[in-house]
Amino acid sequence: MRQYILRRLLIAVPSLLGISLVLFTVLALAPGDPFAELVTNPNVPPEVAASLRAKFGLDDPVYVRYLRWLSAMAQGDWGFSFVSRMNVDMLILQRLPTTLYVIGSAQILALLIAIPVGVFAATRPYSIFDQIANTLAFIGFSLPTFFTGLLFILIFSITLDWLPFVYSSDIKATGIRWLFEHIRQAIMPVMVLGLFQAASMTRFVRSAMLDVIRLDYVTTARAKGLGQSRVIVKHAMRNAMIPVVTLVALQMPAVFGGAIVTEQIFRIPGIGSLLISSILSNDTPVVMAVTFVFACLVVLFNLIADVLYGWLDPRISFR
Amino acid sequence: MLDTELRTMIDEVKDGRMDRRAFVQRMLAFGLTAPMATQILAVGGVAMAQSPAPYKPTKRGGGGPLKLLWWQGATLLNPHFATGTKDQDGSRLFYEPLASWDANGNLCPILAAQIPSIQNGGLAADGKSVTWKLKPGVKWHDGKPFTADDVVFNWEYARDPATAALTIGVYQDITVEKIDDLTVRVLFKNPTPFWADAFVAVVGCILPKHLFAEYKGAKSREAPNNLKPVGTGPYKFVEFKPGDLVRGEINPDYHMPNRPYFDTIEIKGGGDAVSAARAVIQTGEYDYAWNMQVEDEVLLRLEKGGKGKTVYTTGGDIEFIALNFTDPNTEIDGERSSMKTKHPLFSDPAVRKALALLIDREAVQKHIYGRAGRTTASFLNGPEQFVSKNTKWEFSVEKAVQVLEEAGWKAGADGIREKDGKKLKILYQTSINGPRQKTQAIVKQACRKAGIDIELKSVVASVFFSSDVANPDTYSKFYADIQMFQIPMTQPDPAQHMRRFHSRFVATKENKWQGRNFPRWVNKEFDAAIDAAEAETDPVKRAAHYIKANDIMWQDTVTIAVQHRLKVGAAVNSLRPVLSGWTNDTDNIQDWYREA
Repeated sequence: MRQYILRRLLIAVPSLLGISLVLFTVLALAPGDPFAELVTNPNVPPEVAASLRAKFGLDDPVYVRYLRWLSAMAQGDWGFSFVSRMNVDMLILQRLPTTLYVIGSAQILALLIAIPVGVFAATRPYSIFDQIANTLAFIGFSLPTFFTGLLFILIFSITLDWLPFVYSSDIKATGIRWLFEHIRQAIMPVMVLGLFQAASMTRFVRSAMLDVIRLDYVTTARAKGLGQSRVIVKHAMRNAMIPVVTLVALQMPAVFGGAIVTEQIFRIPGIGSLLISSILSNDTPVVMAVTFVFACLVVLFNLIADVLYGWLDPRISFR
Repeated sequence: MLDTELRTMIDEVKDGRMDRRAFVQRMLAFGLTAPMATQILAVGGVAMAQSPAPYKPTKRGGGGPLKLLWWQGATLLNPHFATGTKDQDGSRLFYEPLASWDANGNLCPILAAQIPSIQNGGLAADGKSVTWKLKPGVKWHDGKPFTADDVVFNWEYARDPATAALTIGVYQDITVEKIDDLTVRVLFKNPTPFWADAFVAVVGCILPKHLFAEYKGAKSREAPNNLKPVGTGPYKFVEFKPGDLVRGEINPDYHMPNRPYFDTIEIKGGGDAVSAARAVIQTGEYDYAWNMQVEDEVLLRLEKGGKGKTVYTTGGDIEFIALNFTDPNTEIDGERSSMKTKHPLFSDPAVRKALALLIDREAVQKHIYGRAGRTTASFLNGPEQFVSKNTKWEFSVEKAVQVLEEAGWKAGADGIREKDGKKLKILYQTSINGPRQKTQAIVKQACRKAGIDIELKSVVASVFFSSDVANPDTYSKFYADIQMFQIPMTQPDPAQHMRRFHSRFVATKENKWQGRNFPRWVNKEFDAAIDAAEAETDPVKRAAHYIKANDIMWQDTVTIAVQHRLKVGAAVNSLRPVLSGWTNDTDNIQDWYREA
């Protein structure tokens, strides 16, 4: 097991190198300039912008810049943001808790909805419950998050005035009130992300469950006289969860991507909004670092999914 | 304006032989408005009657939190590194300049004890030095005293190229010397009529020497206080998350009485302008939001809710169309729009005149900018004393047709006018931005009616405004016939705004297209007016030179003003923000308060 993980991690190194090379090249080829804002400002003479470019090494050839970035990264130096002149790792770490809190809650919400609903729908296919769940799931994943986000804001913030729609990363209250405020402001973004995720996951859980529930061993279990709930939970669900785990694990990094839009709408100071604002201001070191973190997450969650398989289905062995 | 009678009267007021009120009344008799008359006095070197904003609170603090919403959050808090207004706004909460600009473009003392003038001996008669007296007893947030050494240090810090300060342009050509602990003198190489640049408003914010002295030059980025400002401002630093949040709390030792009113302050960043407008005007979650680049129609709809309203401030920001005087389609020595070429169509002044007649500024204002725009004919729209009364504009397809017909541009079979085999086909470029694309459509339609074929092009803003030498689509390369964007006026003085069209600043391959004269327009008379204005210390004559320069640009149709743009903010009804079109929104933050 340990050997397997080690081997997988070693394989990840060349793929991450390749990813970083592609990312860097694309960013270097993309037009734009971190000092664009200075150009129309008559207070700043053009030579200043030019000397800043030179100072930050923007005028060097792409391969020199890549090698410089790579060697710095290897030593744990993520570089510094051109825009805020702050270390990139600090910027990312500052944003991480919020992203994990919001995305994590959304993912948990999605699972809490999808698994029971999907399993229940599969046990009674084409019943009224199944039909309703299906319809809602279709609606859920047809509506993009930017639309549901705005819709929620219109209903819950503007019309009903129940929830705030500007996310504040630090709340001045303490104790219970602090917790309450944190939950209150996260309700809308978590709902938007969670329901969207839940919709597609429900469909997935349902079909995975349907596949398993017709298998002979389930019938055998029933014939043994086991109760319905025991058969479903212990025998059918455990097997049905294998594809679901893959889906969830592979969706984790994608959720970070999906959160970009939601974070922008609700002003959540997460990694997604950091990425957007860095792209808009052509802050290459930050864009590079964030996309690279995404790449690492994809690799990491793939590994986690594979390890989880073994736990769910001991027949799968690690070699 | 320059007639002797007026001069004598101004002198009488100066010497105290005539009082201000009598002067203003005489001017009213001439049909001038009262603000105009005071402007004339100001131009004439008579100090403005200080009209500080009526600040009502009678004690410090007690105002609760002030929540500001900037849809682009501050990314750094060192005013010398600020790349955009968002950063300047954030650092301005903690750091202060010697003086700030008020709504009319007058100076208000902040860390200065008084505004230098000829009367108080602050301004040298030859225009080559300014002496600032500092306010005594001012303390940094850490308790250290604020002195002239701090002021001198900021000059040394910013002018050092290794520091990579963006304010270097302000400080590199001056010398600053300490006279005593509370007096500094700024020396200029040449007579400088506009002396209020260094140490004024956002570019003039002063860092404490005792915390930054070690980080001058190449180590500037490592200063721990880049992220933890210690200033003299009304609010003390609490927390900063780049791009997201700036938080401060009241400075109990602030040097102005009864200020600030609010106990805490925060600037939340991120999101978009429309939802920021909503959070202020519709739900009142935030008190003030900045830079409402939102269609007027939407704002009007939001305002019906009644919790907040939009606030407008007038500066000199101008949205305009520039005409290319060189040929963008001929390449000479690897350079398009080369100075060695002439524009095939615009070398005929009639075409330029016709084009100016085809811009329906009223429609643009009515349908696009709404309350955030004013129609104008001039490139220079403020401050008041520099605004030309000689220019006018008109929208008339018939007149444009007439001008073109008279010049020999006849309609061809396809309805497009031509002369000597040259067709009136024009490439019109701008950056991608909703209002700009709508303006393009309005212009295209009118031109079509007059027999001019317009091809529209829009470039992503980050490319259009980039200084990337390799990119052909930047505004400074100007590989199009006409282009439109906005030039902001960052200070209440036209020097920088007008200088850019001087022929020595033409953008060419040689200067890597860094020259600011991108229309590549060369006019001896204009150059002379600018040169004269920059050497002129007499404010009245100087204003006359700039008016003349503006009029030459108008006669020659170098730029066609599309809209004089106002700054738009959104505030909840109870807030009394003190804003100015001539400076950043937070430049007078100490004077903000709330009224029940």
